[in-house]
Order: sequence, then structure tokens, then C-alpha cells
Amino acid sequence: MTKDTHYTGWGRALRAKGPVARPEKLRHLAELPPTPAFGMRRSYGDAPLNSGGAMVDMSGFDRFLAFDPETGCLTVEAGARIGDVATAFVPQGWIPAVMPGTGFATVGGCIAQDVHGKNHHHVGSFGAHVTEIVLLQNGVELTATPGTALFQATVGGLGQTGVILRATLRLKRCDGNLMLVTERRARNWEEHLAFLDASEASYTVGWIDATATGPAMGRGIVEEGEIGKGLVKERKRTAKVPLDAPHFALSSPVVRAFNQAYYHRVPAHGRTIARPMADFFFPLDKIHDWNRLYGRRGFHQFQCVVPLSSARALRAMMERISTSGLASPLAVLKRMGAGRAGYLSFPMEGYTLAIDFPNRAAARDLIRTLEIETAEAGGRLYFAKDALAEGARIRTMYPELNLWQEEVARADPTGAYQTDLVRRLNLRSA
Amino acid sequence: MQNWIVLGATSGMARPFLRRLAIDGARLMLAGRDMEELETLAKDCKLRGAAEVEVIAFNIRDTAAFPALIDKLAATQGVLNLACFVGTMPEQSAIDADPMLIDEVVTDNFTGPAKFLSLLAPVMEARGEGVIVGVGSVAGDRGRVGNYVYGAAKAGFATYLSGLRNRLGRKGVHVMTVKPGPVETRMTEGMKLPFMAKPEQVAEDIMGGIERRANVLYTARIWYFIMMVIRAIPEPIFKKMSI
Ligand SMILES: Cc1cc2nc3c(=O)[nH]c(=O)nc-3n(C[C@H](O)[C@H](O)[C@H](O)COP(=O)(O)OP(=O)(O)OC[C@H]3O[C@@H](n4cnc5c(N)ncnc54)[C@H](O)[C@@H]3O)c2cc1C
Ligand SMILES: NC(=O)c1ccc[n+]([C@@H]2O[C@H](COP(=O)([O-])OP(=O)(O)OC[C@H]3O[C@@H](n4cnc5c(N)ncnc54)[C@H](OP(=O)(O)O)[C@@H]3O)[C@@H](O)[C@H]2O)c1
Repeated sequence: MTKDTHYTGWGRALRAKGPVARPEKLRHLAELPPTPAFGMRRSYGDAPLNSGGAMVDMSGFDRFLAFDPETGCLTVEAGARIGDVATAFVPQGWIPAVMPGTGFATVGGCIAQDVHGKNHHHVGSFGAHVTEIVLLQNGVELTATPGTALFQATVGGLGQTGVILRATLRLKRCDGNLMLVTERRARNWEEHLAFLDASEASYTVGWIDATATGPAMGRGIVEEGEIGKGLVKERKRTAKVPLDAPHFALSSPVVRAFNQAYYHRVPAHGRTIARPMADFFFPLDKIHDWNRLYGRRGFHQFQCVVPLSSARALRAMMERISTSGLASPLAVLKRMGAGRAGYLSFPMEGYTLAIDFPNRAAARDLIRTLEIETAEAGGRLYFAKDALAEGARIRTMYPELNLWQEEVARADPTGAYQTDLVRRLNLRSA
Repeated sequence: MQNWIVLGATSGMARPFLRRLAIDGARLMLAGRDMEELETLAKDCKLRGAAEVEVIAFNIRDTAAFPALIDKLAATQGVLNLACFVGTMPEQSAIDADPMLIDEVVTDNFTGPAKFLSLLAPVMEARGEGVIVGVGSVAGDRGRVGNYVYGAAKAGFATYLSGLRNRLGRKGVHVMTVKPGPVETRMTEGMKLPFMAKPEQVAEDIMGGIERRANVLYTARIWYFIMMVIRAIPEPIFKKMSI
């Protein structure tokens, strides 16, 4: 084990200090005492942190192990990035069935948060396409398959059933190598929801202008994507944010101006364009370390999902956000299906809203209010994003928590795999 | 068909390099001493597009086994290329405590690879084409208090490669010396070092270097300038510095 390092999740608002091991060989991993794992720390809050002890960085285990071209089943090590899987297999006519908004997320992280993509309403969550998970549980390798309690406690299970070593994913056939994207302006909240409700595209997502108020409140751009064939110019270079930005970089007038321009980028009658796949699925990945734009104090993402019947409550929350003047340009509205593969999976049929806020007192207060309103609306907060929630409240949002706790107690009786998030929200007891 | 034999294929730096070769559809021979890891790596390379992948048990200290491998390489169809990533870096303090370790450091980083390459040299000369990539280190550019034995071995290897380049260049075989600065691999795990590069970046630089037939390649690039400055510091001053 190595010296103490300081590390954070993607939001950089919560920090941890402790030893982090980065083994590249299974043998070296097996020599460690039971230790919680992280992938690429693309979770915003403290899910990938352990100030109480050590952590294993799994990003060195990124090898592809087996592929069956008949079934599309791919076995990979847990640290493989989902974007790399896509890059390697799209030319062969296969694509990961579910991909989150960043290609840097690892397969282990996608399982442990049961992530969703822009096609959740059609195909469900990540775990629905996993046929096998191999875990290292207190020094013993074991296999979890769909239908078992261990599988359901592992998918979305925040790493509490042990370290995910490798998994088999059922890839989806894909006939093409680019995206045909239709973009339409939604002029206000009502139109925005109506577009999302009516969309029949394979991939659908709404960008929302979280600074628009009054009659334009909730306006945005709805993107619908289909995989297609042809040639587009691939992006060549990636940019990098080399330093922490000053606080005014994302101040309210700057965001307002940016959003205004972004909204009007799409013509009033909409348009359809061809885009490289990565630009559609992982729009922010080309700017490395963009989280540094928020400066040293970092930022928070609030993400909730509320049932379809709570659309009005969500509108009120959006109203509160818009008038606060605190939101950043990164705000997403999506319709979710019912698919979820684990006891602690986030998705439920309804609308999900995700918005970034700089880490300031006023924003933290706003997020706490939104949390209460989410609970009242019968909704749920996402462990991949949360850094501020109250344990008692968030626990009530997960009705299968007790099933998860039972299985986790069996898997990890000594609590060796606990992380900062699990302790902060007191997920494993009570 | 491009064939690549990679010595020390389990190295953290070799992995992304192997992937680049695999994507280009090369035929790969992965040589190393950790068979289990080599087998896993072989599957990865195959799935990423390598035309063929073979695993070869190889220990840089076991010179008796070299000739058989050289014969095998001599019989390879197509263009033969080699990259050597083998190296070890014990803590300087461990070497100070047990100077007999110096033999191992020199064997792993210099004389072992040099013996292998000298046996291979006539084979390459006869073929009249191909590339040899030898991985040294910026540590070889100047003896620093922190790791001068490792540095001395890498310096020896760099000088050897320079001569080999001189010899083989006449016959159409290109020899490239790679001098990485700190890279995030097993070798540097837990160390806090300046301008740490990712192995992916190093692999990209090596591919670029091969393409334009670079002789000596510093990676990350900034190390070319840093070492230019460090080499220029006069010895009376340098001897008082601990960098
Ligand atoms: C720009 C951006 C866009 C995003 N878009 C989406 C989106 O569209 N949909 C969505 O669902 N999410 C999204 N996310 C969240 C992200 O997909 C998840 O947080 C995901 O878990 C990140 O993967 P990771 O490898 O970085 O995992 P980490 O953040 O490192 O870890 C996440 C959790 O998994 C556990 N874990 C990770 N690897 C292992 C392992 N090998 N064994 C055991 N436990 C493990 C950790 O302990 C932790 O609890 C986005 C994040 C970003 C930064
Ligand atoms: N990382 C850096 O910061 C850095 C900087 C400058 C130069 N370098 C040099 O870069 C090269 C690659 O290093 P790395 O960073 O990738 O570290 P690494 O992962 O530790 O790689 C070292 C490689 O050498 C192999 N090796 C060691 N002893 C051997 C032996 N007796 N026989 C055969 N193979 C042996 C190892 O095999 P096993 O898997 O069996 O151990 C491993 O493949 C080395 O030459 C190193 O000196 C590294």
C-alpha cells in the first residue's frame, strides 16, 4: 500500500485523504486486505471516497477478455472505460447497450451505480445488459448472475458487496458509426415535456436553460438521436482546463449569456445534422478536466427523478432553480422508463432533472430545499451525484433498501467495503 | 506484415503501446516472465485487432535461453521489429544498504537488453529493415543523489543504443532510444513526481517517433527541455543540489 493521497469525486467539493493502491495485476490486488474500490471517480460526491481507510483504484484493470460475435457478449475487466469499449466495437457493428454521459466511466462504476443513458426509456439501465459479474469478496472470487440477490445487491450497490473484477456485457447490434441528431427548440417547460413525452427516437435528451424565467421558463433544446452510417469529421484534438478557474468564470451573467447563445444556436424550425458518436454520447469529454472550471471549491450536481404524475411538482422545482440565479449551463431533463436492475438503482418511470451548481452556501441551501421537494413528490436522488443529502430522507426514497442491506450484511459482515457516502447516509444500518 | 516482439510486455508503459500495434493489425509476440498476465494481455490485444498474438516466456537474466528465441525471430515472416520495456528500479536507499543489488539493476536495465540486442543485431542486419525501440530514462542523463545506480544503468543502455543505431542504421534498421520522464505505472506507484505522464501519452509519442524515425525521443516532450537545462548545470553547482 502506498502513501496518503488527497483525492475527490468529479465535483471536487468533498475530499478524502488516505492511501490509494493502483494495482495492475490480479495477484497484487488479491494481496491487499478487503478494500473498497473506485473506477475513474466520475461520481460527483463521495461514493468513490474513503477517508476512513484505503481505496483501490481499478483503472489499471482495463483489458478485454473475451467476445462472442454470435451473441455480442463481451467479458471485460472492471476498469475498462465504457467509451473505449464503444470505440473498439462500433466498427465491428456492436455498441454498449447503455452508456452514461461520459465515456470515462468504467464498467465497474457503471454497474455499481446502475447507470442510465439517453435510451433508458427503451432499454432500461446498465445492469439489464450484464449477464455475469465476478466479484472479489473478502479474498474469495465469486460469480453473480441475474436473478440472484447478490446480483441485485451488486448492481447499483455502490461497491458494498465486494470489488468487481470483471463482467460480461451483452452489447447491442449497431448499424452505423455516427449519429443523426435532430435538434428542436422547446420554447417553455410545457413544450419541453411534451416533446420528451412524444419522442419515439432511440436516444432522447433535453438540454434545459436553467436561467430562463417567466414565459420562457423551462425552455431548451430537445435532441433526438439515431445511429446512422456515413462520414463526418472526427474531432481531432481534445482541450484541457489546466488550472482552477476564478470564481467569476461561471457567474450568473456569464451563464445567462452562454445559455442565450446556446439556445439560439439551433434554428427556430429545428435541424437534423450528422455528428460523431462520441460528440453525441459524451459531449463534455473532449474538454479534459472541465470540472476545474468551477474553481477550487468545486461544484455539486443535483439530480432527481420524480414520477410522471409529479410533473407539476418538478415544474415548481425548476421555477425555484431558474429564479435563484445559481445554476450553471449544464442542465439536463429526460424522460425515464421504469427499468432498474438492482435494489438501489436510481431509475423510476418519470422525469429526471440534473443541474450543476457551484459549491456555495446559497446553492447548498437550494439543493437541500430541492431534496425536500423531491421527497414530497415521491421522487428519488441519485447516489452518483449526491454530496449533501440527509441520510434519513434519502433512505426512504429507496424502498428495497432492506433487501440490499440483508445481502450486503452477508457479503461484507465487517463493513470493510464502506465508503464515505455509505457512512454519511448511514445506508448499511438502521 | 509487421511483427513486433515486445520484451517486458507486462510493463505498464507497454500496454497502451501494444494496443496501438493491435489496432494497426500487427502480429505480436509478448515476451515476459509473468505468464498469467501475458495470457490476459494476449486476449486483450487479439480483441483489439492484432492479427496474431503469441506469448513467450522470457527472463532478461536468463541469457542461456536467448539463442533459441533469436533463432525463432530469425525465421519470422515479414518485417521484424522489437521494443524493450524491461527495467527495474529498486529504491536507492535499498541499494545503498546492499550494494550487491547493483548487479541486478545493471543486468535488468542495461546488460541484459544489450546482450539480447547484440545477438539479434546480425539477424536485423541480414533483414535490412525493421525498427528497434529501447526504453531508457531521463534518469540516465545525469547522476542524481536519488537514483544514480538506476541512472547509471540507463546511461549505459543509452550509450549502447547510440552505438547500435550507428551500426544498424547503415543496414536500413532504425534504432530509437526512448527517454521517458516519470510515467504513471507500477514502477512509480505512490510516488509524487513532477510532470507525470500517462502511459497512453507515452505510447502515442513512441508511435509518432517510430513514424518519423526519431533517434532519441523524450516523452513527455517537456522533458527534452528540462533535461537540456539539467545537463547544462555545472557540476560544482549540481553536486549541491538534490533534485
Ligand atoms: C460528465 C458526466 C456525465 C454523466 N452522465 C451520466 C448519465 O448520463 N447517466 C448516469 O447514470 N450517470 C452519469 N454520470 C455518472 C457516472 O456515470 C457514474 O458516477 C459512474 O459510476 C462513474 O463511473 P466511475 O468508473 O468513475 O465510478 P466511480 O465514480 O469511481 O465509482 C462509483 C461507485 O462505484 C463503485 N465502484 C467503482 N468501480 C468498482 C469496482 N470495480 N468494484 C466495486 N465497486 C466499484 C465505487 O465504490 C463507487 O461507489 C455522469 C458523470 C459525469 C462526470
Ligand atoms: N515509470 C516511469 O516513471 C519510468 C520512467 C522512465 C523510464 N522507465 C522505464 O520504462 C520501462 C517500462 O517501465 P514501466 O514504467 O512500464 O514499469 P513496469 O510496469 O514495472 O515495467 C517493467 C517491466 O520490466 C519487466 N521485468 C522486470 N524484470 C524482468 C526480468 N528479469 N525479466 C523480464 N522482464 C522483467 C517487468 O515484468 P513483470 O511484469 O514480470 O514484473 C515489466 O514488464 C522500464 O525500462 C523503466 O525503467 C519508467
